[in-house]
Amino acid sequence: MKGNRLIKVDYLARVEGEGSLYVKIKDNKVEDVKFKIFEPPRFFEAFLRGREYKEAPDITARICGICPIAYQMGAVTAMEQALGMKVDGQLRALRRLIYCGEWIESHVLHVYMLHAPDFLGYEDAIQMAKDYPEAVQRGLRLKKVGNDLMTIVGGREIHPINVRVGGFYKAPDKAKFKAIAEELKWARDAAVETVKFVTTLKFPDFERDYEFVALRHPDEYPLFEGRLVSNQGLDIEIKDYEQHFAEEHAKHSHALHSVLKARGAYFVGPLARYSLNYDRLTPLAQQVAKEAGLGETCNNPFKSIIVRSVEVVWACEEALRIINEYEKPDKPYVEATPRAATGCGCSEAPRGICYHRYRLDDSGIILDAKIVPPTSQNQKTIEGDLAEFVPKHLELSDEKLTWQCEQAVRNYDPCISCATHFLKLEIVRE
Amino acid sequence: MDGGESESNKRSLALIIGVGNEYRRDDGVGAEVARHIDKLNQPRVRVLAHSGEGASLLEHFREADLVIIIDAAQSESSPGAVHFFDAGNSPIPSDFFNYSTHAFSVAEAVELARALNKLPTRLLVYGIEGTDFSAGIGLTEAVQVSVDTVVARITNDLKQMASLHCS
Repeated sequence: MKGNRLIKVDYLARVEGEGSLYVKIKDNKVEDVKFKIFEPPRFFEAFLRGREYKEAPDITARICGICPIAYQMGAVTAMEQALGMKVDGQLRALRRLIYCGEWIESHVLHVYMLHAPDFLGYEDAIQMAKDYPEAVQRGLRLKKVGNDLMTIVGGREIHPINVRVGGFYKAPDKAKFKAIAEELKWARDAAVETVKFVTTLKFPDFERDYEFVALRHPDEYPLFEGRLVSNQGLDIEIKDYEQHFAEEHAKHSHALHSVLKARGAYFVGPLARYSLNYDRLTPLAQQVAKEAGLGETCNNPFKSIIVRSVEVVWACEEALRIINEYEKPDKPYVEATPRAATGCGCSEAPRGICYHRYRLDDSGIILDAKIVPPTSQNQKTIEGDLAEFVPKHLELSDEKLTWQCEQAVRNYDPCISCATHFLKLEIVRE
Repeated sequence: MDGGESESNKRSLALIIGVGNEYRRDDGVGAEVARHIDKLNQPRVRVLAHSGEGASLLEHFREADLVIIIDAAQSESSPGAVHFFDAGNSPIPSDFFNYSTHAFSVAEAVELARALNKLPTRLLVYGIEGTDFSAGIGLTEAVQVSVDTVVARITNDLKQMASLHCS
């Protein structure tokens, strides 16, 4: 097939928010690729200014209905660093628990409802459900386990209201976890089944030499602590993020593109986390990954659906461990004393690292804020994937090629709503 | 009124679900109608405020024989116009409740329930045409006017359902 071709998707389906795709092919060469984010910016960083430090977790939770905990954890850990606080023991465990809930609900939604239909050739999960009712029902029940964990610890499943700087407003009673513990045992087994289910899908033969970036903790699979590391030698403290990463404005996107100052595009999210932290997974998660044919690293972004499913196995096991060891703390939070300081936090949102930095005055008022969500960090890599994927599949019809390009974007589970808070406004006066 | 998720799964005769975000002006109309119904204190009628996230919405369908969803709609009709769907009879147009950024929302929840044979005995959906979905609280006048209309219709639906169960 020769000549000029244009792959254009005006509204990407099955992604969170509004984005589009543009691929221009001339004489069998890709001339232009744009993953366009046109959802209007929401200026969260601007309206955090002038608010109290303790308001940040609830304000930033509103950035996303799918991953509010990622924002809350980024905000609280940044504030606690600024205020010299240490949150440990059961309070720290409860934070990991609610984050496991978010990973389960977000990953399962993507695996079953948004991504699996791509591989199986269905327009959406509704069509898929007619032929795969058991799988879809397993997905719905699994997702509910994640939602229920968020409700028990966070007060409600969307935009939880119980997280605060220093811990929680209220610590749940141990008895609250009795029923969910039983359901989590089912969920762990269902997650293993999920890995087996997605392993049967057909994956395009596509790998790239990515620079993976993720948190790495000395002992645990990372959630909101550790060092920022990469497979190309990056190994820094969270507070040094801005020395190594920069945000650039791309004309075609309302979301800033993030780059590593030294090397450009990089990759955040499940593939990066898994490839940099395989040794921190539980034995069961490692075993199911091995049985699924994954190595200790994975460079095929289409296989992110398997890695997400492995992470759900891990999250169910981690949640069960925390619940089994849970004792209600005497006090649900550590007291904070405002002071003039700057604090940074970073957490592993389901879609990858989410960086926060706040500068406070001596009464704890936010003077300025910076938030870098995972989807804005992956934009350049998504475009890179398309630029490399399309030339290898030019034999496909436009319809099939468009389908696979959309699928390639959905590999990243992009949350466009999260990414669009950061438009830089430039006023030119002549 | 239950806010979001309730831990109680006890079976009710009817479940009223007000869907939407009250901090997005007219998107709060579902919750507003639900609040009015809640004040009527009808026996065996449970009222719920819900974000509209499809997968968790679907979970509630098994909790009652009659489920009524109220949500803001955006379909280029005049502001305050009341749309009605008997989901047992016809599919919900997927672009009808499309202002949400959720990839999986009300229409998808209903149609997925249909595909999985998980619809309640009766599922009614009221859509109230909104005009202002910007950040902030409070409904626009035309939408506020329609709240009473929809409350009256739902009250009637509940009466009919109760009489069916008594006869």
